[in-house]
Amino acid sequence: MASIRRFPAEFGYVLPLLLLMLAVFILPIVLMLARSVTQPEWTIEHYQNLIETSVYLRVLGRTLRIAVITTIACAVLGYPLAYWMRGLSSQRQVLATALVVLPFWISILVRTYAWIVVLGNAGVVNRVLLDLGLVGAPVAFLYNELGVIIGTTNVLLPFLVLPLFAAMVRIDDRLLHAAESLGASRSTVFRRVFFPLSLPALAAGSILVFILTFGFFITPAILGGGRVPMVANALDLLINQFARWETAAALSTVLLVVTLACFAVSRWVGARGATS
Amino acid sequence: MSSIHLHSVSKHYGAVAAVDDVSLDVAQGEFVTILGPSGSGKTTVLTMIAGLNHPSAGSIHIGGRDVTALPAAQRNIGLVFQSYALFPHMNVFDNVAFPLSVRKVGARETRQRVEEALARVRLDGFERRKPSQLSGGQQQRVALARAIVFKPDILLLDEPLGALDRKLREEVQIELRRLQRSLGITTILVTHDQEEALSLSDRIVVLDHGRVQQIAAPREAYLRPSNRFVADFLGTANFLEGRIGPDRRSILLGGGQAIPCGASTLPEGARVTAILRPERLALEPDGAGGILPATVSEAVYLGQSVRYHVETPTGPMVAVTPGGRGGFAAGAQVSAAWQPDDVWIIPDGGSTPG
Repeated sequence: MASIRRFPAEFGYVLPLLLLMLAVFILPIVLMLARSVTQPEWTIEHYQNLIETSVYLRVLGRTLRIAVITTIACAVLGYPLAYWMRGLSSQRQVLATALVVLPFWISILVRTYAWIVVLGNAGVVNRVLLDLGLVGAPVAFLYNELGVIIGTTNVLLPFLVLPLFAAMVRIDDRLLHAAESLGASRSTVFRRVFFPLSLPALAAGSILVFILTFGFFITPAILGGGRVPMVANALDLLINQFARWETAAALSTVLLVVTLACFAVSRWVGARGATS
Repeated sequence: MSSIHLHSVSKHYGAVAAVDDVSLDVAQGEFVTILGPSGSGKTTVLTMIAGLNHPSAGSIHIGGRDVTALPAAQRNIGLVFQSYALFPHMNVFDNVAFPLSVRKVGARETRQRVEEALARVRLDGFERRKPSQLSGGQQQRVALARAIVFKPDILLLDEPLGALDRKLREEVQIELRRLQRSLGITTILVTHDQEEALSLSDRIVVLDHGRVQQIAAPREAYLRPSNRFVADFLGTANFLEGRIGPDRRSILLGGGQAIPCGASTLPEGARVTAILRPERLALEPDGAGGILPATVSEAVYLGQSVRYHVETPTGPMVAVTPGGRGGFAAGAQVSAAWQPDDVWIIPDGGSTPG
């Protein structure tokens, strides 16, 4: 009862922001999405168009694939990193966290172009490989899916590592000691106690990375060199090159639905983690 | 069920000795409490017995086996933490079954032993609950069930009752003692709570600054403390400093008063501290022939008893009397009296003569 009565007063604090969001964000999005079913009249033709034109399905499939691989790469690289950071002294933890966060301070554009310097045909990596005689010709790291995945993984790794590290730090050492004293080997302690306790954070971080990759624009645009268009790049083309707003609206709707579905899954996983 | 032997065990952190030359023999089936203030090294001793920490010097034997270098997982010890350390992602059954499953015990036997252990702590029917759905006392009992289900050689309890409120703590104390007796399991409990130590243990080890101050049965430690620290930590004590009198049945205090005490074996003139427990100190109306004149500075009513802070010619003293009718108000002139045998004497700068 008390919360209901207090509701209007608290509502007042968020009202200005709410109105602003409604006017300049939510309303335009709804109008734009509405175009996918209202132009030129009530129709589902734009969605049929998406399904029937193989290029859109290919873009969606590629985006899904890149998002899945990036998520797995972030999890595989990020989990050991977060685990290692947990074991550091608190001073070193601060330092390690700073190093993980550091890329956030550098423009994503700069970081993405830096990969060209590193991975290009005359880049650092290829020169070393050629000089060592490990390869006969430069390896094509860029302007393909591999390049896009390297770029997105680099940009998104902190989004997985930071929450995962925070969750791991909260795991009580005494639980691990208890498991050990009860007769569990180090690997059993990890498998049966530590990993299950870190799993909700790993899942939440992975879903976050997946959602962010799904809508990525800059990295595929630059490191894909236009040859690896993802959904966001396709939208750019549809709107800025072909002025096909209705198809773009339909594709955006698909993007939004996938994102919201992932978000719902992450909330569900988070809720399960909280009750356990 | 095993005996425990600590031989000159020390643990150094850099130049600091957290545990300094501790030796202890715990007999099979015995309940020993390690009592000390925080920072006394008591938990370090426990973690070294458990194998979660390793001594810098000395050796530890459990059941005649040298376990000094053995990792915790191979020691077969039941350990209960103050924080319970229940696995939050497992229900009660899986928590208690954990030590059995890592020992590859079969499903049917596991079920039977988990049920038996939960029945012992009177938690049958709680198998499917998560730890977060249990009260502190219930979590504590789950932790206990988990620590005994695999029939460990010894049981180690690290302040297991610290997080419980007073009433519940007394209940669990009785239950713990009953359980320990019925299992006959050698048990070491670590606590800073002197009442817990006195009520539960066969013997108490008083630890301060990593060193053993006294090892004795509760009554012995309380009535015949080996030094001022033990006397002060185990309850409240009045300390009177002086010298043994010529008849060796009295002590000459610094202010010139002579107070009676039991016969002492110490020579005349030896510097001693007389220890007098507050409940052995009686307050009588002025002129009734007490030993020391006193003025009541404060009377604290505690229900079962009344605690009096009094000023005497030798300094402030504390007396605790049963909280019946009457009593004295602050400012009352009284005199303090006691039986000579209630005075416990320790020589200054050393341990007791016994």
